Amino acid sequence: MTTTVRPKERLLFEGADWDFSTLQRIHDACEEIALGELGLDVYPNQIEVITSEQMLDAYSSTGMPLFYRHWSFGKHFAHHEAFYRRGMRDLAYEIVINSSPCISYLMEENTATMQTLVTAHAAFGHNHFFKNNYLFKLWTDAKGILDYLDFAKGYITRCEERYGEAAVERTLDAAHALMSHGVHRYAGKTTVDLRQEEKRQQERRAHEEQMFNDLWRTVPVGKARKGGDIGLEKRRAALGLPQDNILYFLEKSAPRLQPWQREILRIVRHVAQYFHPQRQTKVMNEGTATFVHYQIMNRLHERGQISDGNFLEFLKSHANVVFQPSYDDRRFSGFNPYALGFAMMQDIERIVTKPTEEDRAWFPDISGRGDAMAVLRGIWADYRDESFISQFLSPNLIRQLRLFHLYDDPDQTEGVLVSAIHNERGYLRIRRQLSREYDIGWTDPVIDIVDVDLAGDRRLLLQHIVMNGCHLQEADTRLVLQHLADLWGYDVLLQEIDGSSTVAREYAASPRKIVQ
Amino acid sequence: MHIVDRRLNPRGKSLENRQRFLRRVKGTVQQAVKRSLQNRNIRDVLDGGEISLPIDGMAEPSLRRGGDGISDQILPGNRAFVEGDIIPRPPGRNGGKPKEAGEGDGEDGFRFVLTREEFLDVFLDDLELPDLAKRRLSETEEESPIRAGYSVSGSPSNIAVGRTTRLAMMRRVALHRPRAEELEALQRQIEECTDDKSRLALEAKLKSLTEKTRRIPYIDPLDVRYRRFENEPKPVAKAVMFCLMDVSGSMSEHMKDLAKRFYLLLYLFLSKRYKKVEIVFIRHTDKAEEVDEETFFYGPATGGTLVSSALAAMRAIIAARFDPTEWNIYGAQASDGDNSHSDGNLTGQLLRHEILPQCQYFAYIEVGEESGDSSASRSPLWTLYQGIRSELLPLSIRKVCRRNEIFPVFHDLFQKRDGQSKVTP
Repeated sequence: MTTTVRPKERLLFEGADWDFSTLQRIHDACEEIALGELGLDVYPNQIEVITSEQMLDAYSSTGMPLFYRHWSFGKHFAHHEAFYRRGMRDLAYEIVINSSPCISYLMEENTATMQTLVTAHAAFGHNHFFKNNYLFKLWTDAKGILDYLDFAKGYITRCEERYGEAAVERTLDAAHALMSHGVHRYAGKTTVDLRQEEKRQQERRAHEEQMFNDLWRTVPVGKARKGGDIGLEKRRAALGLPQDNILYFLEKSAPRLQPWQREILRIVRHVAQYFHPQRQTKVMNEGTATFVHYQIMNRLHERGQISDGNFLEFLKSHANVVFQPSYDDRRFSGFNPYALGFAMMQDIERIVTKPTEEDRAWFPDISGRGDAMAVLRGIWADYRDESFISQFLSPNLIRQLRLFHLYDDPDQTEGVLVSAIHNERGYLRIRRQLSREYDIGWTDPVIDIVDVDLAGDRRLLLQHIVMNGCHLQEADTRLVLQHLADLWGYDVLLQEIDGSSTVAREYAASPRKIVQ
Repeated sequence: MHIVDRRLNPRGKSLENRQRFLRRVKGTVQQAVKRSLQNRNIRDVLDGGEISLPIDGMAEPSLRRGGDGISDQILPGNRAFVEGDIIPRPPGRNGGKPKEAGEGDGEDGFRFVLTREEFLDVFLDDLELPDLAKRRLSETEEESPIRAGYSVSGSPSNIAVGRTTRLAMMRRVALHRPRAEELEALQRQIEECTDDKSRLALEAKLKSLTEKTRRIPYIDPLDVRYRRFENEPKPVAKAVMFCLMDVSGSMSEHMKDLAKRFYLLLYLFLSKRYKKVEIVFIRHTDKAEEVDEETFFYGPATGGTLVSSALAAMRAIIAARFDPTEWNIYGAQASDGDNSHSDGNLTGQLLRHEILPQCQYFAYIEVGEESGDSSASRSPLWTLYQGIRSELLPLSIRKVCRRNEIFPVFHDLFQKRDGQSKVTP
């Protein structure tokens, strides 16, 4: 460390206390490193200081600062609160919102060191990732989300006033149950524009109200057109079948839904879609943010802007965050996305700057390229967890984490097979398998709406393609199907199709008489 | 960059969601509260607290895979395995699948913390609480009006005459309102005056003074003051509640449960009214003893029945620890109504001459089997107490067989009524 300290390089803070000017200094110092040295590109930052109760609040409504009202958020709040009160769980240090400006929440209880860590982690790491990763670019509208949520909240409140809390709650319950099947999984024609979406809704309604003419009810209708003669393929094409976005299909085609119910389905669908990229980039997102905060904190320490003591405090938190217990550890509960992501980012940095022979063979494109940050920025922009792991999990890291692959076939009575370990024969298989675990196309059940019997009883037919003998969870499926039938308004049938296209299981549900 | 301080934002943003949740699981919560009451001490009821709800009442289902089928998993931390090893599944676990990530929270029993008010609401709701009594129970202290200075508005009956005249006089003095004597003196001067010129001057002076008198009234609306009253909570005092219970063999668990609920309500009621409530548990067979709550409700004891022993014990404890001039004394006796024939006289004497004169109120509830008839009773105690009750002593007797009768009976017993003004403190 230099003995002559230039004014710029004085400590940002001393001890644990902070005030708003400290936060400002911290932010500016982090920004200088993030933009200047790491070459990050971020949305403007907004930092909000909140209490622990507010943090719990934000937790319970999926991290969003404003959200429509629903009992399930109350349930989650109570649940988190009970854990927190009994000291069984710490609160997250931060919540960050994919919006522009990017909002990061800092808890007032944090020490100055923690505020620095969180600022570096959320306001620069996550922020950069949100702004640059292709999935977020494609699927989310950072500028519009807060306005859209505000609109959603207001809209749902107005619906409650008009149609009653119970009716709205039933619709929301049903929509929530189908939320995981309310996203477009494959890139659509245009990126979403939530502002536009909100405007369009208002126009639709105004138009409907203007065009409403009670006389039309009394106009005699001609004879119902004969169905049946339309070919199966034609009919399916007309309805856009098969369709895996169940909420979208209901919103567009369910015959008995009220316009406001369709709008609520649309809101829930948009929210699901907004969070869809986050589900697919947990490891990368946390890995990026952790890598960024680690870089920034180290640089701040090198520049003498953080004292040794505070730096030690940071290292302790950092070690906790990236701790990965072994499979036989009592604390083990799967892979810690922070640990895996951070380890991979560091490994990539190593491959780029100091590659071994093995690395050269495995990663000819990036090994020895020298500029680690440029390579990482490129990766952060172009991959999601599944492709990231399948490309960049190196033998070195597999050895370091001592990964192994368990193959569990229930028909195999002797036990569970260790089918690969961290050796030459195992690297590729482990890498492929781990990447699969992060592929939601693989982990989520594939369910399509395949047909509607329009000429007959309007029964909706869904199919679940069973893979590896994994059927749907029975009790839950019945409940969800009931919700689906309520929204559809007629019978629904869900078939589970085994590999040999035989129907293994069937679920059927009829609508309850609750539609008003 | 913006920094926004959100700490002062309105709190309790999740309150609405929480209430919606409670409304939704009302039935489940009631069940849970009922269950939790059975294992609670009387004093703990007021704390509200944690209840455990079964998760299925509020499931949020989604379409997901069950645990069957082939599973592949990558795990970290291998030390001993080599490729091709077969690890036997632990016995008892279906399929032997290692626990999946994120499953570790244990959601089978959902814990929910009810606040004190929420708990009481649910609890009283369960007891089919009539509205009237709910209001009475929820008021914390009796209020009585006390003098609180003066105000410029009020009802005519509250005019403070002294204060009003004093203010009027101050005003009159300050504004130099001519006094009556002054005018009279002037009048006399005019009459005695012979000189025309000076009389004219005097008359002019009198005229201006009379005008001034009219301009400055004797009592102005500005002067009027009213006595002001404020409602002040009555000072809270101390109360002691005696729980007497017959624990002879004929008392079934159901009866004890009824009794417990009654004591619970009584305790609730008293602790809303008094700052400090003591509870004394006395159980008796043919002899009485003071015990703790646990022993009182759950301790096994059996023997003959002498009700007078409990009353004698109560008398002794009052004499030793609870001076009736300082303490409001309440008694609640639960029994199935049996008493040995020879004891009747002594019991009557004790109750009539020793206990009741010292008590604010004494309630006797006769508990019966669930299938029983709660309209009337012919037990020895009932007959005895009925005789005493006709003497307008603070004694009430009721018979209860079913849980849902507890509250109406309690409500009945503790209603304000004529001739029993001593009931409410």
